[in-house]
Amino acid sequence: MVIKAEHEIHKRRFSRNLGVGLTLAGFVALVFALSVVKITSTGPVEGFDHAPRASLLKDTE
Amino acid sequence: MTDATVNPRDQQGEAEFGDYFALLKPRVMSLVIFTAFVGLLVAPVSVHPVVGLSAILFIAVGAGASGALNMWWDADIDAVMKRTAKRPVPAGKVTAQEALALGLTLSVMAVVMLALAANMLSAGLLAFTIFFYAVVYTMWLKRWTPQNIVIGGAAGAFPPMIGWAVATGGVSIESVLMFALIFMWTPPHFWALALFMKSDYDKAQIPMLTVTHGRRVTRHHILVYTLLLAPVAIGLGLTSIGGPVYLIAAVVMNVLFVKGAIDIWRRDEAASEADGYVTEKRVFRFSLYYLFLHFGALLVEATLRGFGLGGW
Repeated sequence: MVIKAEHEIHKRRFSRNLGVGLTLAGFVALVFALSVVKITSTGPVEGFDHAPRASLLKDTE
Repeated sequence: MTDATVNPRDQQGEAEFGDYFALLKPRVMSLVIFTAFVGLLVAPVSVHPVVGLSAILFIAVGAGASGALNMWWDADIDAVMKRTAKRPVPAGKVTAQEALALGLTLSVMAVVMLALAANMLSAGLLAFTIFFYAVVYTMWLKRWTPQNIVIGGAAGAFPPMIGWAVATGGVSIESVLMFALIFMWTPPHFWALALFMKSDYDKAQIPMLTVTHGRRVTRHHILVYTLLLAPVAIGLGLTSIGGPVYLIAAVVMNVLFVKGAIDIWRRDEAASEADGYVTEKRVFRFSLYYLFLHFGALLVEATLRGFGLGGW
């Protein structure tokens, strides 16, 4: 038979762990949302994929 | 002895999540959230909702962190006063060191995150607010001068200014007047409370005006500050964030508040004790509505402006 006596201390620990877990998850979600907003609202940006950027090339014509 | 034995000493520091949350003074935080929210919304510059909500959250966390630092420093006097004896530190649920660690960590986090989410000015104002409340008010003024409430009230007055700075990146007459409204409101609000909570402040030996200069002087002070508050509150209605709705609300509220202050001023201790401080309690309750309705009226004006109505 498994002894499973849950002491009041375990409830308090669970409450604390759950609270911290949810807070951290919320913080991660918030930082992610903030990042998306900041990145998408910085105006026109130019993707750079190791190719010469057109805007930096001198006009040869 | 078996493994199942629980040593009571091991239970120390086993606080619930709610006990740590209580360190952040949720009721004070709700006022901070509301006034910062109004400061942000009435500003003439619109903010992305995610940025705005994040900023309000970090302002609230910063305010909560300063509350935790206050509870760390004031654990000794909190234990003496009936109103504060059940706070997590004096109740033995959370240690003073934990309150200090939580307060410092959240302070730094809130300021850094506000700087990243909004701008440096709002983050600087938040850092100054935390410093002002935790160091200037809690550690210095509170136990030293009966003017503690007056100067310490500045800490509670900053949130709408920070909200405004989040949106505009600056400080202007509107945000200064929102600051002044809370700053001037704080003394009569707390002194009305001190008049009917006298035994608590006496026991904790906090130099409240009622203890150091007597209750007659406190009644004078309530009246003077209420009279000084009225032009600030009404003057805010003449700025770009005011309008007819706010102005009417401000005039009515200030007439009633001044009348309440006169009622307190005209009473003596015998009359107050005889009826259980009915007038003082009524004015204290009214002062809560007073602040809520002023900022509520600013919000109404901002909403009306959105529909092309309101404002001047």
